[in-house]
Amino acid sequence: MRDLIIIGGGPAGMSAAVAAYESGIRDILILEREDSLGGILKQCIHNGFGLHKFGEELTGPEYAWKYEEQVKALGIEYQLNTMVLQITKDKLVTASNEEQGIFEVQAKAIILAMGCRERPKGALNIAGTRPAGIYSAGTAQKMVNSKGYLPGKEVVILGSGDIGLIMARRMTLEGAKVKAVCELMPYSGGLARNIQQCLKDFDIPLLLEHTVVKVHGKSRVSGVTIAKVDEHRKPIEGSERYITCDTLLLSVGLIPENELSKGAGIALDPVTGGAVVDENRQTTAEGIFACGNVLHVHDLVDFVSGEAEIAGKSAAAYLMGNLESTRNISIKTDGKIRYTVPEKITGAQDVTMFFRVSNIYRNVNINVYSGENLLFSKKKQRVAPGEMESLLLKKELLENVSELRFELEVQS
Amino acid sequence: MYDIIIIGAGVVGGLIARELSAYDLNICIVEKEHDVAMGASGANSGIVHAGYDAKPGTLKAKLNVLGSSLMPKVARELGVKYQNNGSMVIGFSEDDRIVLEGLLKRGLQNGVKDLRIVEQDELRELEPALSKDVLCALLAPTGSIICPYELTIAAIGNAMDNGAHLELDFPVEKIKKTEEGYEVISGEKSLQAKYVINAAGVYGDDIAAMAGDDSFSIHPRRGEYILLDRECGNLISHTIFRTPGKMGKGILITPTVDGNLLVGPTAVDIEDKDNTETTQEGLHYIMSQARENVPDIPFGKTITSFCGLRSVGNTGDFIIKASDTGWINVSAIESPGLSASPAIALYAIDLLKEQGLNLVKKESYDPIREPQHKFHEASMEEKNEMIKKNPAYGKIVCRCETVSEGEILDAIRRNPKARDLDGVKRRTRAQMGRCQGGFCSAQIIELLAREWNIPYDKVTKSGGDSYINIGRTKEV
Repeated sequence: MRDLIIIGGGPAGMSAAVAAYESGIRDILILEREDSLGGILKQCIHNGFGLHKFGEELTGPEYAWKYEEQVKALGIEYQLNTMVLQITKDKLVTASNEEQGIFEVQAKAIILAMGCRERPKGALNIAGTRPAGIYSAGTAQKMVNSKGYLPGKEVVILGSGDIGLIMARRMTLEGAKVKAVCELMPYSGGLARNIQQCLKDFDIPLLLEHTVVKVHGKSRVSGVTIAKVDEHRKPIEGSERYITCDTLLLSVGLIPENELSKGAGIALDPVTGGAVVDENRQTTAEGIFACGNVLHVHDLVDFVSGEAEIAGKSAAAYLMGNLESTRNISIKTDGKIRYTVPEKITGAQDVTMFFRVSNIYRNVNINVYSGENLLFSKKKQRVAPGEMESLLLKKELLENVSELRFELEVQS
Repeated sequence: MYDIIIIGAGVVGGLIARELSAYDLNICIVEKEHDVAMGASGANSGIVHAGYDAKPGTLKAKLNVLGSSLMPKVARELGVKYQNNGSMVIGFSEDDRIVLEGLLKRGLQNGVKDLRIVEQDELRELEPALSKDVLCALLAPTGSIICPYELTIAAIGNAMDNGAHLELDFPVEKIKKTEEGYEVISGEKSLQAKYVINAAGVYGDDIAAMAGDDSFSIHPRRGEYILLDRECGNLISHTIFRTPGKMGKGILITPTVDGNLLVGPTAVDIEDKDNTETTQEGLHYIMSQARENVPDIPFGKTITSFCGLRSVGNTGDFIIKASDTGWINVSAIESPGLSASPAIALYAIDLLKEQGLNLVKKESYDPIREPQHKFHEASMEEKNEMIKKNPAYGKIVCRCETVSEGEILDAIRRNPKARDLDGVKRRTRAQMGRCQGGFCSAQIIELLAREWNIPYDKVTKSGGDSYINIGRTKEV
């Protein structure tokens, strides 16, 4: 029996562990499937991490190391090369590694911190051949940064998610020619600073409203056919263009990795792909919390750490019997706001609400209603799907409220 | 000098090799690709047909029904997943019903068991996901599913364990008749045998022509498929066909033995025997047709799409016959070729006997092959026993399909050895899940490089020039 088991030793898992420790929990076990702590940050050797959290620009491994040092200094126990195979609602964890085989550990509380994975090519149903040379941006990042091998010399990137943008720059710095980044939507899903620093600074063309319609090449990619798309995101006939390349990288979205959560019967939000949580980051299974990219995909690791601290503190409070969950205020959104995290709140404390919008909007009011009453309003000049928004709801506002509605009012 | 050379490491060549390996014979399988099951055997519907389709009296009808009945035993011995899920042919109109009744009659003539027509209420109970417009269906309880490349790999592995040789990367370019038999030539390499079996799939007519037989021709018929996530495998339980029309059997929807949902194939005759491209039109056609049968197929959960080429002969039937002394063509094995394959193997061996081949049983012959998925399907206690002996089974490499390093090493080490990423995928399912190798391929490349003792950047996706990486950074 363990007090707290944390599944995943990336930035979310480590940060949650430290927060739980600092809140008084000593019996903590982190289970990590890879051979060292750090998660995906290990391969993110570019800088730009930590500006919010530490006020300095760090590389991914440096950011992870700051937490790994704390985990080690506090003597928090972790097991590497250990894959969690199953969890139950009653918090029984089944895992596998080389030394212990397949083993079970009962936990009093669990924090889910498994991260996310990249959407693969299959879901896009691109026609053509199936040669070598097609990789998700993260796989290419691992080959280049962790293994020291170059996947190819002439690259087309489909999708302008942040990893795709980062890899456009990375491949360029390694001597490859990035010929185009195609984005299906009229806007990029990546951060504005990445568009500037990774594409514009290197004269890499960003083709908005374009997609790859065909892959060419028998054994290795020899080229792709791209096309412009209409307002329904369907390729426009006659707009096809052939680009010679040996590599196609995909950066077409991230999916929270929630197979374990599903197995435990935890309710998932169909929009985020992560668990439905309250402001304590407690899922629908009592004593099971979630944080980081397994909950919803974040823009910056700094925000992941912040969310993980909430989950760590909440798990500690739960273990000490101090977690209030008296009320249940549900939250609805209007479509222009795609989702909020948390999806429901207890009303017991001030809450920072995180949310994403479905399109680029200018001059907007973000309004929070209870019935017909406007409880809160915030002006923004510009909101975009690629940038997570937040607002603070004061506890006082939530008295006598049973449901909240988030709406985006666009000023004409 | 071999007794027999089999040209083509597909399911037919593989099962023939396995049957022959029971006898005191020196056998060699030659294959132009980097691995086995690279043609139609690697890309088809994986259906063991009940046998109501083929015209009575044809080889197709005879070998389908016999092959289907042999398949459970073959699958059991070879440790291959086989599932008797039943199949149905659905009809939308009274016209369709007439066709279904014709199929029922034909099936009874062919000796198919338990065939019957089912009506609305029973149909909904059997398959609630079917379209409301479906009126009736021909139910074939003996219809089954199998994994075609697993069967091929296992058959060839078992043949090799019993002494057969496998020559990969051996595209046959020339055949010479010799005093004792035939010389089979590929570039600088040459092999000799007394007997040759031509199981070269879509290239069967070209190979026969090299030996001087131009009595038949083969053309490829393209078949595109869409494979969906394991989450979707429960949508239906039977294999669902549409009433055949002028356009052929149409798009089928089936669970696979691994729990995925498979939808396809298209049927387009083409010229190029090497063209396995998928097309936008084909993929759209599959989706629109399949939705007419089962409206709620979640195509958003697509894992991959692929295309295989069936070998369509000019006679309408399988072409299995001796064309010259010691030369047997096993050609035009289109649907129901997979179902018939165990019977085709026996039939081909009878032809060899007629050609004078002397068959002496080998005492050491072992028809049993340990299943590749043995660890995967073991109980927790058994798994822990196996991990204790070999800790690599405890280390998970592919997180989506939960495949351990031990299972991947097995696939690289046992016959026929996996030599590339796709080979590991077909043998273990590693990289076949929802992330499609995004996380684990870098690690599997490392295992392949280590086991084959080749540099990391010489590991390929599927042989030839299909390199994953082009070299070390800073050096290329």
